[in-house]
Parts: sequence; C-alpha cells; structure tokens
Amino acid sequence: MTRDRRLSWINGLLLPLFNVLTAFLATGIIFLFIGVDPVEATKILIYGALGYDEGLGYTLYYATNFVFTGLAVAVAFHAGLFNIGGEGQAYVGGLGTALVALYINPAMSAWIVIPLAISGGLLFGALWAIIPAYLQAYRGSHIVITTIMFNFLASSLMVYILVNILREVGEMSPESGDFIAASWLPFVHDVFASFGYKIAKSPLNLSILVALFFSAAVWFFLWHTRWGFAIRAAGKSNEAAIYSGIDPKKIIVVTMCISGALAGLVGINELMGVQHRLFLNFNYGYGFGGIAVALMGRNHPVGILIAAFLFGILYQGGAELDFELQNVSRDIVVVMQGLVILFCGGLEYLYKPILVRFLAPVKESE
Amino acid sequence: MAKSNIAIELINVDKHFGAVHANDKVNLSVQSGTIHGIVGENGAGKSTLMSILYGFYQADSGQIKVFDKDFRATSSRQSIEAGIGMVHQHFMLVDNFTVLENVILGSEGGAFITKSLANARIELTRLAKEYGLEVELDIAVEELSVGMQQRVEILKGLYKGAKVLILDEPTGVLTPQESDELFRIFEALKNQGVTIILITHKLREIMNITDHVSVMRAGKMVAHRETSKTNPEELAELMIGRKVLLNIKKSKAKSGKALLTAKNLKIHNEQGLKRVSGVSFEARSGEILGIAGVTGNGQGSLLKALTGILPLSQGSIEIMGETISPKHPFNPKQLRELGVAHVPEDRQKMGMIAEFSASETALLGYHNDKEINQGVWLKRSSVKANCESLMEAFDVRPNDPNLMSSNFSGGNQQKLILAREFERDPEVLIIGQPTRGVDIGAIEFIRKRIIEMRDAGKAIILISVELEEIMSLSDRIIVMCDGEITGMVDAKDANEATLGMMMANALQPQNEQQGVEL
Repeated sequence: MTRDRRLSWINGLLLPLFNVLTAFLATGIIFLFIGVDPVEATKILIYGALGYDEGLGYTLYYATNFVFTGLAVAVAFHAGLFNIGGEGQAYVGGLGTALVALYINPAMSAWIVIPLAISGGLLFGALWAIIPAYLQAYRGSHIVITTIMFNFLASSLMVYILVNILREVGEMSPESGDFIAASWLPFVHDVFASFGYKIAKSPLNLSILVALFFSAAVWFFLWHTRWGFAIRAAGKSNEAAIYSGIDPKKIIVVTMCISGALAGLVGINELMGVQHRLFLNFNYGYGFGGIAVALMGRNHPVGILIAAFLFGILYQGGAELDFELQNVSRDIVVVMQGLVILFCGGLEYLYKPILVRFLAPVKESE
Repeated sequence: MAKSNIAIELINVDKHFGAVHANDKVNLSVQSGTIHGIVGENGAGKSTLMSILYGFYQADSGQIKVFDKDFRATSSRQSIEAGIGMVHQHFMLVDNFTVLENVILGSEGGAFITKSLANARIELTRLAKEYGLEVELDIAVEELSVGMQQRVEILKGLYKGAKVLILDEPTGVLTPQESDELFRIFEALKNQGVTIILITHKLREIMNITDHVSVMRAGKMVAHRETSKTNPEELAELMIGRKVLLNIKKSKAKSGKALLTAKNLKIHNEQGLKRVSGVSFEARSGEILGIAGVTGNGQGSLLKALTGILPLSQGSIEIMGETISPKHPFNPKQLRELGVAHVPEDRQKMGMIAEFSASETALLGYHNDKEINQGVWLKRSSVKANCESLMEAFDVRPNDPNLMSSNFSGGNQQKLILAREFERDPEVLIIGQPTRGVDIGAIEFIRKRIIEMRDAGKAIILISVELEEIMSLSDRIIVMCDGEITGMVDAKDANEATLGMMMANALQPQNEQQGVEL
C-alpha cells in the first residue's frame, strides 16, 4: 500500500473510529462518576437499540432524520460553508410538506401526492436557506451567524403559523389537522406484513429509502458531476474557483439551497411517516445532531450513513437507559453527542501524529 | 571577542525532517568581516541551515561554533545574544508601528517603554551614521518603500548587537537600483567588521558582492569557492549537478497581427484600490510581450483584468474580434472559450487546489468540456485520461493522476498547470511568473515550451519579476511602475540598467512617450 493510501485510510477510517471510541470512553468515565456501571449501561444501551425488532426499528427511524441533516451539513461543508441552520430548515421544510399534505385534493393518488409532499419539504427547506446564503454571498454576513438566527426565526414563525393559521377550530394544542391519507408514507412493519412477514410495530417508515436514495444522490452529485466539482473547488479555494470561471457567490446560494432542501426532508420522516400532522418542535435536535453526524462521517455519504446509525443507537439506547436506570436521564444522549462533537470535531486530529508515525512513516526512498 | 577570524563554523551539521535529509553533514566556515554567499536551488537546504543558526530548528547532530564558542540555540533569543541577526525574505515588521517602535520590539526593557524608546533613538542615530543607513524614525513602517523596510530590518539586527547578519533572498522585492543601494550598505557594514551571510539564487549578486561562496545541493554542501576564482557557469553547474542552458536559444520572432489590443486600461483591485491607470499595448501573434516591474506595481491586477478575474474600470480590450469594456465584461470562462489561456502568478492558490488530485487540478477551468461530460455525468475515466495525456506531454513526475496536487514538487505542479493551459491550443497566452519557485531543470523546460508556443504563432503576454526571465524570453518589453507604463523597448535593445531605471520610473519623459509601435 502506498503511503498516500495509508494516509487516506488513517484519515477516513481510523481517526473517526479512534475519536468515537474516545468519546465513549469519556462517557464511561462520566457514568462512573454518577454511580452507574458503564458495562451494564453499555449492555442496556446496545440491547435497547439493536437487541429486538422494535428497538432496531426506532434506531433506524431516528437514524433516518440524522441522514437528512447530516447530508445537509456535509454538502454545505464541501462548499466551505458551515450550515448551522439545519434545525430551522428542517422545521420550515416540514411546513412545506404539511401544506401539500393538508390541502392537496384528497382524491389524488399517493403516487402523485407523496412526491409532491416531498418536493414541498425540499422547496421550503431550500427557501429557508436561501436568505442566509444570499446575505453571505452578496452582503458578506457570516453564514454561521445568520443560519443560527434563522433557527430562532423559524421557531417563532412556526409557533405563529401553528397557533394562528393551521390550528383547527376548537382545538387546544397548536397542531394542524390530519394529513390526507394519500400522503402517508407506509410503515415498514406494514410493508413487511403485506409480504407475509410479521415484525414488531415501530415508527420506522419508508422515508429510510428516501434517505438512502439521497445519500447515493449526494455522493454522485459531489464527485461525479461538474456541478459537484465546482462546489468542491469553490470550497477549497475561492481564488482557484474564480480562476476556473466558477462564480463562488452563485455556488454559495446554490449549495445552501441544496443543503436546506436536504434538511427539509426531516419532515417527511416525522410528519408523513409517523405523526401525519404538523406539530411543534418535531425537528428538535436533529439539525444540530446533523452537525455531529457530518463531522463524524467526514462529510462523506457513506460515513454519514454509519454515523447516523450510531446516533440512532444513541437516541434509542439513551431512551432505554433513561427507562431502566434511575440516575440516568435522557439528557445523557446530549452529553454523549457533545462528547462526540468534541472528539470528532474539536479534537479531530488528536491521534493523527501517532497513527501516522506507526502506520505510515515517511520512508527514506520517498 | 574574536580570537580567530572565523565568525561561524559548522561542523557536520545534520538535520532530518522525518526521512527528508534536509542537511547532510554540512560543513561551513564563514570568516569574520566578509560577505559570504550561499547558493542553491529551492529545497537544497539553505533555509533549513540558516534556521538552525537562528534557533528555529535544532540540528540532529554536528557542532556549531559562533566566534569560537560552542553554540546551540533553542530559540531566536539565544541567537540574538550570540550576535546573530536575521533578515527574513518576508519582513517581520508591524506595519502600523513606527520605525522606532519596530526596532525596540522584543527588547522593550520593562513595562514602560518611554526610556527604551529614548535610548533607542540615540543608538539608532549613531548606527545610521556609522553604516549609512538613514531612515526616518517616527514614520509608520507601512509608509516606507520596500527597500526602506529592509533597512529597518537590518537596523533592528544591528541594534540588537548583531555581529553576523543573515539575509534570506534580500533582493527578491527590490529594483536593481535598490539592490545596488543594499549592496553599498553591505560594503559599509563589512568595513565596520560585520559579517554578512547572503542566501540567494541569483548568481549575478553572488559574483558582484560576495568574497566567498558556498554551494548547496540536495542537502549537501558541495563546494566552497573564493568568488574571484569562480564564474556563474561553474556555480550553476555545481548547483544542479550538470550543465545548464541559462540562456535559451530562440529564433527571431515572426510577429503577425495583433490578437489582443488593450486601450487605456484603468483597473481597481479587489480592495477597490486603483492599480492600473491608463495602460495601452498590443500583443501580436508569434511574439512574446514581456511585462517587467517590481512586484506590486500593477502587473498583477493587469494580468487579472486580461483574464477576466478583475473588471475594467475604464478602457477596452480587444481579443479575437471581441471587445471587453466596463459595460461589456467577460468572465474567465468566456475568455477561455475565446482562446485565452491563463497561467496564474500564484500557482498554489489560484492555479491548483492543493487537496485535489492531480487529475482534478488538471480540470480547473475546463470542467464543463464536452469530452469529459456525458449529460450530468462527469466521467472519471476521461478525467484521468486527460490528466495522463497532459502529464506525458509535459513530463510531469510522478505521472500519477491520483496523487494529491500538493505532493508534487513546485516544478511539476507548474508543468501540470502549463500543460493544462497550453494543450488546449489557445490563441492568446497570459502567463504570470512561469518559473517562480521552480528548480533550474524545470525552468529550462518551461521556457523552451513558451518559445515553442510563440513559434506556433500564439500571442504571449509574460509577466515576471525576474528581469533575467523577461530579457531572455521576450521580443518586446513593457515596464510598469505605479500602474503606468514607464517604458517600452525592443528586447534586443534592452539591458538591465535601462529596464531598472524604467522600473523605478527614473528615465526622462521622452523615453516614456514612445508608444506602442516601438
């Protein structure tokens, strides 16, 4: 194996692996401090997330959301943009999906309604990203700041819309009425049942296929189209992009639209797949979780699938921990997430010198 | 202090970076009160050696003596104490501090600097008189010319008690006249007993100014010579280990019709500062038009405007029948489609993307081409094949399209960029600093290729800060100073002295007014 290859293995696989393990080790130490046996906790967590049908279903259902937001962060990252606005884009994207699923002619076929409702999510997610993108590209406002602010705006906007516009007359809670049935994405357990296999009920629905489709699409787009090339070029070097006839300003706007659109797909899993109505804070935590997923997955769709699965395990297993152990609350998931961000993001290259020295030393001949 | 007359002695100094043998048992002895030149190609180990002397790096093994005392610096402070001062290629000055403030930086001597400022003023006045280094002390450094800033650096070293001054490529940013002034200062310093170590790759300077010269190649010290007993040809041969053709032979230009005509260009840079004011010229087919000038006199902005990166504020450019004007701008993509190739000045930032593979760097500017795209699909196999053929045409080594661009040597990166731009058969070539940071072997190759393009009837505009390069390649030469054309001469009538005068805009007006037709 050439040294370059070894280095890419170290960067692509070993580093994230070591970083995640360190994060888990740190979690284990925290468990010791709060008087929980880390081994037992790990057992509960893993069994809860993977040990039985229902748990696995929940894990994959959570993972689906993380795939969408992880891809969103990754696409922006390749253009050199740090999109912190996944949270808001997912929220507003959900509104787009809901508007289609609420108001489209109920007699229409699911084959038309579902793609339209998905497009609604894509479109509204993109629209929510376009203003920060424009401000970054043409006015120089930093996208990190504006996307964070847009998360708050999205939150207020959705409360207003749900309370004042979409809430059904006489209803107390701020949520919309039910989506038309044609917009419902089938549950995986129902699909299996129709083929004669019986598995436990879980919220896992066919949006997981949409997530896999978009993972492949993002991979193809970034590395196998000229537009992906332009985005990556602009992300690495503004000057080289301009030199190549690529307009970095356009790249910012277009990339953020794609990024926002991907985040906007969270709604199809949560709303079209499970709840069949629009409600407050359905997006909670997935936008920010997507940052950790993208960091851990090294902004590559394959890495993101793996990282999203891991986060699904943490979410589902964390819920089990909360249920099983008295002195653990669900917030432990947030702690673990924080540690993963710390070790995969902040301390990304912690082990690099040592790994390089042992596995890919510079040779005399090179 | 000095019992013997050896200021600095290096015995078997060895330094590895990983497995790169940067300094291989280097021996050097520098006599006190002399000017000692060290020459070598980029990457020969000169800078590493000097950084060891200045305490940035520590040698793996070997012995260093400074004025007969054993010396092992772990920080620049120790080097300063031992009497070594260094003037870096890129000045280490705080732009908005005054000269005086800059000089005491690092030796403030307490919480309040009033006293040390007063002391420094007295001391600096003395030094300035003694060495002929007059600089206004209360002016902000950013207001000074580059040559003057360099003086401040030298003063800084002397103020800190340097007996040995190391200068790394000091003339890279100077006009020939400023360089001569610098050399005059060297003589004055030498007469006062200061030892000077001059690191350079310009053989002319070595021959003119030094007493001794040491040659480095691939980490080894390969020769020591008394300057009076050697010649540039011998030094060049020692530097690269074989005979080189420093002057490329070329036939007389067969210049044809004008392919690019610039009329009264005014250009503002990215920061909105006026960089070019009222420049007109034309580039004809079968001819190389050289644009000379000290860095930062508008050539860079001109090059960017000619290639569509900067907009014109005024004037027009006619290229291949199209007219570019402030109201009718062209972007880099459109210009490429017209047949204008661009080799940028800044190879690292603009010409390539360090983290991209060679095959992707070879695609910059041409990623929309039909040959590599099939519908939405950018065909990886075609991208690779494209890179392979470019690598073969320009002998890029290693010829591996998957290797990261940053893993190629400067010369090979530049060859890949030239291949990318030359192999599409453009009509107009705009080339900036084609051989900056490139080893001598590759320089020869690149220059030959540029002349081949000329002989194939292309119009070539060459921008370079290396006068030697401008003079050996160009058929006509324009000199720019402060955004204006200060001279236009036929290459056969050009010499370094007149070009230098033009670069400093010191010629009489009648010479400036000789228009395009010279």
